[in-house]
Amino acid sequence: MSDAALSRARRTHWHWGWIAPPVLMAALLAGICIGETRIPLETVIKVLGNRIFGMDTGVDRIDAGIIWSYRASRAVVAACCGTGLALSGVVLQALLRNALADPYLLGISAGASTGAVAVTIAGLGAGVITLSAGAFGGAVLAFVLVALLARAAGGGPGMQAAGVIVLAGIAGSQLFNALTAFVIAKSANAEQARGIMFWLLGNLSGVRWNDAILAIPAALGGLGICLWFVRALDAFTFGADSAAALGVPVRRVQVLLIAATALVTACMVSMVGSIGFVGLVIPHAMRFVVGVRHGVLVPASALAGAVFLIASDIISRILIPGQVLPIGVITALVGAPAFALILIRGGRAS
Amino acid sequence: MILQAENLGWSVSGATIVRDVVLGVEEGETLGLIGPNGSGKSTLLKMLAGIRKPGTGRVLFDGRPMADLPPRSIAQTIALVEQQADTGSRITVRDAVELGRTPWLSALQPWQAKDDAIVARALADVDMGHLESRYWHTLSGGERQRVHIARALAQEPRILMLDEPTNHLDIHHQLSILHLVSTLPVTVVVALHDLNQAMECDRIAVMSHGQLKAVGPPSEVVTEGALSDIFDVRARFLTDPVDGARIIRFQPAGQERP
Repeated sequence: MSDAALSRARRTHWHWGWIAPPVLMAALLAGICIGETRIPLETVIKVLGNRIFGMDTGVDRIDAGIIWSYRASRAVVAACCGTGLALSGVVLQALLRNALADPYLLGISAGASTGAVAVTIAGLGAGVITLSAGAFGGAVLAFVLVALLARAAGGGPGMQAAGVIVLAGIAGSQLFNALTAFVIAKSANAEQARGIMFWLLGNLSGVRWNDAILAIPAALGGLGICLWFVRALDAFTFGADSAAALGVPVRRVQVLLIAATALVTACMVSMVGSIGFVGLVIPHAMRFVVGVRHGVLVPASALAGAVFLIASDIISRILIPGQVLPIGVITALVGAPAFALILIRGGRAS
Repeated sequence: MILQAENLGWSVSGATIVRDVVLGVEEGETLGLIGPNGSGKSTLLKMLAGIRKPGTGRVLFDGRPMADLPPRSIAQTIALVEQQADTGSRITVRDAVELGRTPWLSALQPWQAKDDAIVARALADVDMGHLESRYWHTLSGGERQRVHIARALAQEPRILMLDEPTNHLDIHHQLSILHLVSTLPVTVVVALHDLNQAMECDRIAVMSHGQLKAVGPPSEVVTEGALSDIFDVRARFLTDPVDGARIIRFQPAGQERP
């Protein structure tokens, strides 16, 4: 291939267009087939055909129930969460020029946990508000507080602004984590404390299609926004001033993208708890695989996040027979060593 | 008058960095900006380039207030090479220069062969074509500076602003960058520390303590008296016997003449 053709291939990335659907489909099918009871692929395809295309093939009703109501929705939500969290990580790492930025940097997971315990343990909303709604409310509230704090601390455009946002996020996270601990210590019994612990580490057990209906537009919307802004994200390579000199409306892009990642992350956290490491590790791993240009990094991270979380969910279900582990435990068990490797490679590279 | 600064001022945390600068830039000229460290050259350049909002006053571009222009169209006209812009990303030289096409691209105007040609030309102009696939973190300070300049050239600007572009460069590349800049058919505003190099500009603006002290042709502005006042050095003009060019020799202000 000539140099020009190579550079075109590097830029147009059309190959992601046909790699992504089959890979994602294979991951989803694996997520549906593999579990405590293994379901043959043929049965899965029949059930999906019945449901999606209105076919009428004879399948066991219990199998059909497990496949459609339980595993399919779960795999879809896992994929959406993985995509949403990985993209949030890509965006925050690019805009804040901080390799350690992850979707929970802005106090979102801490806020969500406070909202969750406020509803389930402190009894906020008197049973009318669901855990998910409480978590979403807490996440958004925490993000708004962090954003206001960053603004009050003088977060104009530039490196300083990025530093201020990180510090405000740390302050917000500490506050809400303390509030969560306070509520648990004051009111929770042992059973509740264990339940909330499980939720905090990420849990896909309860998700159904009504969650997927929320998760799918959140993930696709996030992907759409990121793809629209790939050039702007590239322009931040040499910092905010450099992006401004390249004609990027820095303030508007920062506000819009950070608010979008906060919403997507809050949405995901409210459904499945705060699954760690996906948003931190997937973008870094993908930078090593496909490079730093966002035109290819964004779709690659979206796909890798989805596949990684589906795979983690499968492992969480089959690792210990008869017991489902919190998915956050699996992602961290994989994520922590992966992150260590990145650190070592990063150290060698520089 | 392609650019006009009206009473430009900027301060941060109570410290006034730039104050009451009134300055016009003529189309096609090379305007040198000189002044001691901390005299406000960089801040003035950023305001002129439209990437820092003036605290007071305004900048007019072709007679229109810059604040009314979209950032994208400013970046299609003005390119700025900052000092010390760095990155931790694993980008190649070519990636960095391709960023210069950002203001010309959008979802509806994708990358074309023409853009490849512009990037290749910008790389060749700064003598970096042979290093285009090198990673950023493997480059020397001078090579990085040349990549920054190539990125600015890839923007195809009408006005090129350079903040001490010859810093970190060896003498060969200092001269070749300045020669390149002087041959480009663009308006240039350049902050320079080397006053002998500044003498090559069409006009010179002198900054001191955030204020514009003088502006005019080098022979009028850069005098022994002005250098003593502004830079606190003693200067003498020598003449090159070969071509009659005037060269400045500097000595510390307190030192006696030998």
